[in-house]
Amino acid sequence: MSQHPTDFAGLPAAPPLEEPDTEWHRLNPRVMIADPLNEIASVFGVLVLILVVRGRFELELWETAIALGISGVLVGYAMVRWLTTRYRVTAKHVELHSGWLVKKHRQVARDRLRTVDLTASVPHRLVGLAVVRLGTGRQDAGTEDELTLNAITKAQAENLRLTLLRREVSPQPAETPEAPSQKDSPGTLLSKMDPKWLRFAPLTLFGVVAVGTLLGGAAAIARQIKVDLFHIGPVQAVVDWFTTMPLLTTIPVIVAGGLVISTIAGVAVYVILYWNYELNREEHGSLLVRYGLLEVRSVSIEQKRMRGAKVEEPLLLRTGKGAKCSAVATGLGTGAGSGMLLPQAPRAEAHRVAAEALQLTESPTTAALTRHPRAALLRRLFRATVPLVALAAVLGGLRIYLSFPDWPWIVALCLLPFSLLLGIDRYRNLGHAHSQDHLVSRSGSLIRQTVALHRHGIIGWKITRSIFQRRVGLVTLHATTGASTGRAETETGAYSVEDIGEADALRLAETALPGLLTPFLERVPPLNADGKG
Amino acid sequence: MNTAEPRLQLRLRPPANQVSRKAIGWWALQAVIEWAVLVGVLVAARLLFDWTGGWPTTLLVLVIVFAIAHSAVMPFWRYRVHRWETTEQAVYVQSGWFWLDARVAPVSRVQTVDMKRGPLQQWLGLATVVVTTASAAGPLEIAGLDHDVATRLVDELTVVAEAAQGDAT
Repeated sequence: MSQHPTDFAGLPAAPPLEEPDTEWHRLNPRVMIADPLNEIASVFGVLVLILVVRGRFELELWETAIALGISGVLVGYAMVRWLTTRYRVTAKHVELHSGWLVKKHRQVARDRLRTVDLTASVPHRLVGLAVVRLGTGRQDAGTEDELTLNAITKAQAENLRLTLLRREVSPQPAETPEAPSQKDSPGTLLSKMDPKWLRFAPLTLFGVVAVGTLLGGAAAIARQIKVDLFHIGPVQAVVDWFTTMPLLTTIPVIVAGGLVISTIAGVAVYVILYWNYELNREEHGSLLVRYGLLEVRSVSIEQKRMRGAKVEEPLLLRTGKGAKCSAVATGLGTGAGSGMLLPQAPRAEAHRVAAEALQLTESPTTAALTRHPRAALLRRLFRATVPLVALAAVLGGLRIYLSFPDWPWIVALCLLPFSLLLGIDRYRNLGHAHSQDHLVSRSGSLIRQTVALHRHGIIGWKITRSIFQRRVGLVTLHATTGASTGRAETETGAYSVEDIGEADALRLAETALPGLLTPFLERVPPLNADGKG
Repeated sequence: MNTAEPRLQLRLRPPANQVSRKAIGWWALQAVIEWAVLVGVLVAARLLFDWTGGWPTTLLVLVIVFAIAHSAVMPFWRYRVHRWETTEQAVYVQSGWFWLDARVAPVSRVQTVDMKRGPLQQWLGLATVVVTTASAAGPLEIAGLDHDVATRLVDELTVVAEAAQGDAT
């Protein structure tokens, strides 16, 4: 992707496990432009918006002063940051010096670096830079162990990525001229964006979120600059139309309008986020994911860090036979989506990508799963009914004693069938298997997820039994692991098999890690003949 | 499925060892101290801000009753549940209350083994052993061991864990 072979073109990147380059480097001076650009642009964007809404070219003095002041501070900050930041890559370490009043020195051993993540936002792309994030993937250390170079030229970044990840390659199998081969043909293509995938965009919540954010932002700005949104010409006209037309007309119009707008917004967001998506396997074996229309992101994951894959199917996406796929790997960065292998796409593609990423012919995520005992269904139905019935009872009580209206408790009861359906679906989705050395577990209904975790990625078991579970002989088996999909919300450190029969759980654990549990097992006569029906 | 020949079912047995009996006293002391703080606050509010009447009195009585029940029952319950065992290959710890929590970690995947002792534990000659792995699911903790048992355990596990290769992820 790098257009010009810059100053690094002459520097051999691959051969004899690289010369220790102990020079201290500065970041690229263009960060002084790229850094504040985004913020300055949004400051001036707000000014323009104010002008448009006011309908006349008139700004108050304090508005201009604040805009200029903010811009000045941002530029100054960027200059200080450039002046005070230095980094170097030695044979053993990557070091980063930064800070002016509070000096920071960070040093990460190169053999502990697991992922190299390049991001180029719009301002960075305008000046040809990329931000490099180096992850060591100690989960307990959080972001402390992450090292960010913000920013260097794209060519430097690509080179750095290759230098840092290449170490795994065994004494190069006669790799010829490295410069051309590593530039534009990064290994084998595993998957790439197909415009047909755009049909999944309306099945995400992207559109709703985008429209909500825009409306919220507009309302906030309007409040700041004291413009009554409802009294701007076009808005006023729409409001008037709605208030004069009968409900029978307005409701379908609102629904249709909402669908159209959220669909368009959904497609737009999908394109902006994932356009040019590509998944490659590089020559030295790492997986390389690149995507983004405006902000370009590229994440490499070393193959030996891969511990499994996760296929996610949120309810809406599932109705359209779509899914997305993430890597389960150790040492992924803490940034959102650093484990993403495939955005919303056909389900078959998700499983195929999972198989490719795990270097298998067939993905363990497609394995035939064993259902969980009936008791698990009862637990789900219980959870689906009891809270709603309790809520309805409380609302009914309020109706009787505090003269609440009738509709709240009726609504609560009307939700019951849906809740039950969800509960049944949650049970139907429960399943587990051990396939091709992977522990496979599926659960969830609103977000159905299938996780395949390689047995070498399992670093222990946690078996939890609540009082209710104990009564019906169920357990929840958690496979604790150092690997994750790199997303903060899933960072529980374990993948679990919910409400599995105790004996099944133990057998599963024994298959995955033979011998570990053996000394702690005993055989007893069954308490209840739950297996018999 | 017809699994076992003599219709026996596989079950996870509890770990072999209990923690020190002195741990009962430790947990009881902890509970009493924590409850005393809460009761103290309530009493102080009563005296200083004249927070009296039906509700506050009921609350105070309820808290005291619950505090006594908790401090009396919890330590013995916990003593029964909190168990541990180590083999050449694994560390096995059980804890919990309404959720019974059994954790097994292969010794080869252990990253660090630490011992921690609060003031009460030091006074009673107790210690807590903390075994961490690379998982974010949290460490395995064996609370309320006799100090010398804990020391021996830490030494043993450290030796084995160091012998294991790699970064244990």
